[in-house]
Amino acid sequence: MSQLIRKVWDIHGGIHPAENKQQSLQSPIQAAGIPPQLILPLAQHIGAPASPIISVGDRVLKGQMIAEAKGFVSAPVHAPTSGTVVAIESRLIPHPSGMSGACIVIDTDGQDEWISHSGVDDFRSLSKMDLIDRVRQAGIAGMGGAGFPSAVKLSTRDDKPIETLILNGTECEPYITADDILMRERAAEIIAGAEILRHLIKPSKETLIGVEDNKPEGIAALQKAAQGTGIEIVPFPTKYPSGGEKQLIQILTGKEVPAGGLPADIGIVCQNIGTATAIYRAICFGEPLISRITTITGEACSQPRNYEVLLGTPVQFLLDQSGFKKDDCIRLVMGGPMMGYTLQDTAVPIVKTSNCVLAPSAAELPPPPPAQACIRCGMCAEACPVSLLPQQMYWFSRAQEHEKLEDHQLFDCIECGACSYVCPSNIPLVQYYRASKAEIRQAQQDKIKAERSKERFEARTARLEQEEAEKEAKRAARLKAAKDKAAAAASNPDSSKTDLIQAAIERSKAKKADAADPAQDAIARAQAKAQDRVQDKGDGKVAAEDPAAKTERLQLLLASAERRLVSAREKLALAKEQASENVEAFATAVIKTEDKVAALQIEIANHQASLASAPAHDAADPAQAAIARAMAKRAGVSADESDEDKTQRLQNLVATTEKRLAAAQQKLSTAQEQNDANVAAFATGVEKTQSKLETAKQDLAAHLARLAAETPASAETTPAPSSSDDPVQAAIERAKAARAAQADMSDEDKLKQTIASLENRIARTQEKLSAAQESGDDKAEILADSIAKLQDKLASAKQQLG
Amino acid sequence: MIELIAQNPFIASLLALVSLGVVFGALLGFAAVKFKTEGDPIADQVEALLPQTQCGQCGYPGCRPYAQAIADGDDINKCPPGGEATIAALADLLGVEAKPLDAAEESVPSVAYIREEECIGCTKCIQACPVDAILGSAKHMHTVIASECTGCDLCVEPCPVDCIEMRPIETSLQTWHWDKPKPPEDLIASDRSGASA
Repeated sequence: MSQLIRKVWDIHGGIHPAENKQQSLQSPIQAAGIPPQLILPLAQHIGAPASPIISVGDRVLKGQMIAEAKGFVSAPVHAPTSGTVVAIESRLIPHPSGMSGACIVIDTDGQDEWISHSGVDDFRSLSKMDLIDRVRQAGIAGMGGAGFPSAVKLSTRDDKPIETLILNGTECEPYITADDILMRERAAEIIAGAEILRHLIKPSKETLIGVEDNKPEGIAALQKAAQGTGIEIVPFPTKYPSGGEKQLIQILTGKEVPAGGLPADIGIVCQNIGTATAIYRAICFGEPLISRITTITGEACSQPRNYEVLLGTPVQFLLDQSGFKKDDCIRLVMGGPMMGYTLQDTAVPIVKTSNCVLAPSAAELPPPPPAQACIRCGMCAEACPVSLLPQQMYWFSRAQEHEKLEDHQLFDCIECGACSYVCPSNIPLVQYYRASKAEIRQAQQDKIKAERSKERFEARTARLEQEEAEKEAKRAARLKAAKDKAAAAASNPDSSKTDLIQAAIERSKAKKADAADPAQDAIARAQAKAQDRVQDKGDGKVAAEDPAAKTERLQLLLASAERRLVSAREKLALAKEQASENVEAFATAVIKTEDKVAALQIEIANHQASLASAPAHDAADPAQAAIARAMAKRAGVSADESDEDKTQRLQNLVATTEKRLAAAQQKLSTAQEQNDANVAAFATGVEKTQSKLETAKQDLAAHLARLAAETPASAETTPAPSSSDDPVQAAIERAKAARAAQADMSDEDKLKQTIASLENRIARTQEKLSAAQESGDDKAEILADSIAKLQDKLASAKQQLG
Repeated sequence: MIELIAQNPFIASLLALVSLGVVFGALLGFAAVKFKTEGDPIADQVEALLPQTQCGQCGYPGCRPYAQAIADGDDINKCPPGGEATIAALADLLGVEAKPLDAAEESVPSVAYIREEECIGCTKCIQACPVDAILGSAKHMHTVIASECTGCDLCVEPCPVDCIEMRPIETSLQTWHWDKPKPPEDLIASDRSGASA
């Protein structure tokens, strides 16, 4: 052929283990059939697990989506055949940990009933976005083993133009023939898929399909199918691990993907040929990813072959068809002998990434001999396809020197196992690297968490400190306020604390007073109001109000206004203390209240003045009231007293006067005995009382005489006949008789009698005077004075008479 | 004067040395002021290695105080959550001998769990949590924000109804990883026979 042999590059290291591929290539792909139950893990891909969109008991059809992608890096799951969802639960899944994961369990009904689906006849008519969306909805994930969602890988960015599209048909790992048989039998589908990918990615330079030269049939089939498409099939020498993405890129293009980078960084996109087939079926037939080709091989299987398997088919179901002899099998491996992992259970299902189940005999894959000490032979470094220093990393891994491990590019290790394969001491080197990678990732996560914890702790500490500071500030402010108040009290006693207390006490007293008689207060208020209303109604005469009531009302108003003033002042003081914004408002309130109080006081003063000008109505002044009462009594006595009452009254008067006289005489005699200084005064008192008694007796006698004259029948009621041995009574009798005699006397006679009595008194006083002069008493002067007075009286009486 | 110095090499050398000492002393003093480092760089570095659980098992109220204490010369083996790895890192940083952990065992990474039906809503655990990882209010059930919990178990003690327990963090599919192999691979053949003999 005119085709030139394309130049290929070599990768460092690599190994050549026994291929053992021909066993499973003896028979063509066989449909595994429909198992009674399918177990579909929700996480069959790298990224977020899918989320179920059906519920237990639902009937699902073949191709129906049963779990949707959750997030960007995720892939949906579809029902591989028709049946009923019997459980969504945790089941054993194919995972090196042997752990369980969430699965949808479907009991198949054997009808294999498709959901309505359709492909597109000409994918070139669809936009890139549309195509990628179809790939996403088909749930396609990398089928070479990693399971990275294909749609994500195909979403290339415009700023990273793709030069080369590479399809990976290397399948370098021993035993596995799934891709080989796919190439042999379905080369056309691979090429069709490659065309779709080419349309999607639009590589500017070339499209390559890399195949190891140990698959001549596959290469031939592909070359036949690819004729005229411009897709180049590139065979290259067999070497493990050429099938690694980065290794294949290096072999085909000579370029190395930078550490930690992606193939897209150097303008390359790489896809597995199985993925290309799946994409072809998804675009052209509308079939989601519900089955794959899986190799069942190993000496423990009598009929090793490739199966077209529904996803979710239990491994046991496939082994049963392959003549699996459990006793011969030393361990069951998912994947190849180099990178696969041991399955603990045959109930685990085939998933999107399951390319092989290896059931080796003990002779075929003996358990590794015990590891021995590293002898630093360096064979691992020679074998490493990534040019690392495995033995150094081994030491660092054992010593937990994570920094040095990273310095030695641990994360570039593809875990191919070539180093372990060549190690003469049988050290499981890859396991160290895997463990160390996990430790470092864990340490990074711990570091991030520690950072966050620290932040949260510091934030909390800061918050607590702030709260404490605020409390402290408040406390300080309170203390300062108290000190200020104390200082103000010291400098200004008016606004002192005691004043405030006093004010508070007064206020509480006022309140108590209010509370004690709230009903009366209310009544008074109501009355005042009613009066106001009456006034308003009644010709608008203010004067109609009873003056007393008005006074009362005004006083009530004044009292309440004063109370309000006190409370307003307190409020103002409080506001000032707290530096409140309302200080002004309170000040205004105080001023207003003060005005009101003043106005009320003026009104009351005016009112009282008007009352004073109308004394008849002056009930406000108690003294005047008493005067009024006394006057009223007097008026009543003079006008309304009955005769009997008068008799009684006069008799009473006489009796009391006599008693007083007796007491006075007694006092006088005691005073005389004791030579008291007041003897003269007592004597005067006795005399005055005597004269009063005489007047009273005269009044009584005159009254009785008048009564006797008016009503002779009542004469017998007079006390005259009632004689007694009592000297007082006798005296009264005498006085009565004298008055009775006097009543008949003319004024001249009366005067004469008066003169006689005066002379008599003068004589008695002169006697006393001479006695006093004899004893050298200091009463002599008083007596002389009284004699002079009596003589004056005598003289005036004589004058009247004469 | 110059003649005296020239004639007396002892005084000359003494003067030269003294003047050199003064000059460099001044230089050093100036540099010490000019390039003074704020804070305690050692404590910062130590703190970066501590796990920040703020659990107080070291006897200090948080990781920062312990870091300061280590910088001031305290032992480096008092952090059970950090375990041997932290001790090794600290020994490496400070250039001291790694010591065995000053505790019975490394504390297993765990997370506080509140049995919510028993919680009475007293908020005591909320006040105890050093990283504000417990949500709830008075007389309402509390719950732990598991992703923020450091597993310090400071909330367990104050709970009046003992409804908080520390649960070891379970390995999930996401957190599972390969363990390191532990075969006695260091023994050479003669050692092995000697060890078994």
